[in-house]
Amino acid sequence: MLETLKIPAPISEEKLVSLYKQMWLIRYFDEKVDQFFAKGLIHGTTHLCVGQEASAAGAIAVIRDTDKITSTHRGHGHCIAKGADVNKMMAELFGRATGYCKGKGGSMHIADLDKGNLGANGIVGGGIPLAVGAALTSKMKKLGYVVLCFFGDGASNEGSFHESLNLASIWQLPVVFICENNQYGMSGSVKEMTRVENIADRAVAYGIPGQVIDGNDMLEVMNAVYAAAEHARAGKGPVLIEAKTYRWKGHSKSDAKKYRTREEEEEWRKRDPIKRFKNVLIEAKVLTEEQADLLQEEARLEIEQAVEFAETSPQPPIDSLLEDVYA
Amino acid sequence: MREITYLEAVREAMSQEMRQNDDVFLLGEDIGVYGGAFGVTRGMIEEFGPERIRNTPISEAAIAGGAVGAAVTGMRPIVELQFSDFITIAMDQLVNQAAKLRYMFGGKGKVPLVVRTPAGSGTGAAAQHSQSLEAWMAHIPGLKVVQPSTAYDVKGLLKAAIDDDNPVIFYEHKLLYKTKCHVPEELYSIPLGKADIKRAGKDVTIVATAIMVHRALEAAAELAKEGIEAEVVDPRTLVPLDEETIVQSVKKTGRVVIVHEAVKRGGFGGEIASIIAESEAFDYLDAPIKRLGGLPVPIPYNPLLEKAAVPQVADIIAAVKDTLRFR
Repeated sequence: MLETLKIPAPISEEKLVSLYKQMWLIRYFDEKVDQFFAKGLIHGTTHLCVGQEASAAGAIAVIRDTDKITSTHRGHGHCIAKGADVNKMMAELFGRATGYCKGKGGSMHIADLDKGNLGANGIVGGGIPLAVGAALTSKMKKLGYVVLCFFGDGASNEGSFHESLNLASIWQLPVVFICENNQYGMSGSVKEMTRVENIADRAVAYGIPGQVIDGNDMLEVMNAVYAAAEHARAGKGPVLIEAKTYRWKGHSKSDAKKYRTREEEEEWRKRDPIKRFKNVLIEAKVLTEEQADLLQEEARLEIEQAVEFAETSPQPPIDSLLEDVYA
Repeated sequence: MREITYLEAVREAMSQEMRQNDDVFLLGEDIGVYGGAFGVTRGMIEEFGPERIRNTPISEAAIAGGAVGAAVTGMRPIVELQFSDFITIAMDQLVNQAAKLRYMFGGKGKVPLVVRTPAGSGTGAAAQHSQSLEAWMAHIPGLKVVQPSTAYDVKGLLKAAIDDDNPVIFYEHKLLYKTKCHVPEELYSIPLGKADIKRAGKDVTIVATAIMVHRALEAAAELAKEGIEAEVVDPRTLVPLDEETIVQSVKKTGRVVIVHEAVKRGGFGGEIASIIAESEAFDYLDAPIKRLGGLPVPIPYNPLLEKAAVPQVADIIAAVKDTLRFR
């Protein structure tokens, strides 16, 4: 079966099946968060990655546990894919003491350093230099890990993008830059904000390989990221991958989506990465319809449980306010 | 007793640390064979090689952010930021990333990072190469701020900064690089947050930072000829600040002049003045607290104008005499 899927990564059938469930976990997590925001049960803001599950799950599936990632403000998917506990994630969004950040970070700052997740980031492009630094550690200490650096099309217009890709290139650092091009930086269409057709075309400027992929195609994501990660691991330097995708929801909770049409949204919904992956797995006989339904239901229940965990978790004590400013 | 310059003390502290700890390394612009814009790193690439004396492109955001990423993954980077004015281009990475990661992540991770950077006017480099922006950094919870005034202090404070598990902004004053004093050959540490009484006196306290410590000492020597005994307190670190030493000195003398080179408006002197006013020393004050700082202008090029823009010895003498008018 696996051969027909043409997956070069050492990925088992079990892993493929678990990825299908993981995609649902990501989607249900963000759908649930969306509901709670709408009801005013979670405060602050959040950025949902519904529709972008493949670029997170597929990319992280083909790297090693010891590899690291840097994420973005739209980072719940990356976080779950890197092995985070959804209970602790949901608790963080509820601001509870049991959350990843003890309620001090919220949606945009979940990190799981023990699992190699160097954190979401509230600053567009803010995480890109951090990825370069983490890759420098890998090189200097000969640790052999690779860093996947996620960012959006908007971040590719930040100075930090340019400086970081250049630096990673001249130092031949083990980073895979993954631009999740979801077509909009808040309301700014990528077509209005850049003159190049593909963000991956910019790789030429840094003397590194650049590749455009269908970010809603799990297999294409896995293949491209695996090849790029092994290229980087072999000491051949960074790679820029542009995963074309689409965020189904608005930028954040208060978005009337006036900058795009409902027809365009409908077009992209037809390219649902989860459905497409399911069809591939069923066609390859790795998965049956019944199993698929079961996995989807398991994922839904896990998110329900995460909500329960979050809701019943204690508020952080007020005297924790001043803790952890300094090490 | 061996005497070396302030500049040599910086280099010696770094070199000795690097000999005993492989995790310590340097990155910055022109720090390789060029030896740094001020010659601080001269000879270091010959001893430590280009892997640990990392010459960077002119990319302040990537330098700072790369250092943060390296620090959070186990290295102890020292950034040489060529002029402290360039901190403006590295600001996101220092203020939004380095300072906040640990807190945002709920107490996970450390950022053992030192940013060494030459500050101050007096070299004719004009408005974009002569500023003293330390108050900006002191305002940010999560950062530490050091301003050494002597070669002895530089060596001990730099060791403490490198050993600290937090991001430390280490301001070196350009005009002090050539000043000399006794500096022990062996490595020693001066704890951050411990002020130094550079001259004892009973009539008035002068709290001075960086180059102003030297001008305050000159002023004190002049005043002594008229029988006025000034006590010169050098906080050495703004964050953490040794409030106790300042308050005790003011309680003893009943008069205080605070002097720094940075623009007076919004300068750190306002913070010190407030601390004194809010403390038990308030009841001991025989005269209003006096502040001296830079005039609210960009640093001009012309040497006469440049000198007039920041406090000089005569200004300090006049300020002290002003406080002595009150009986």
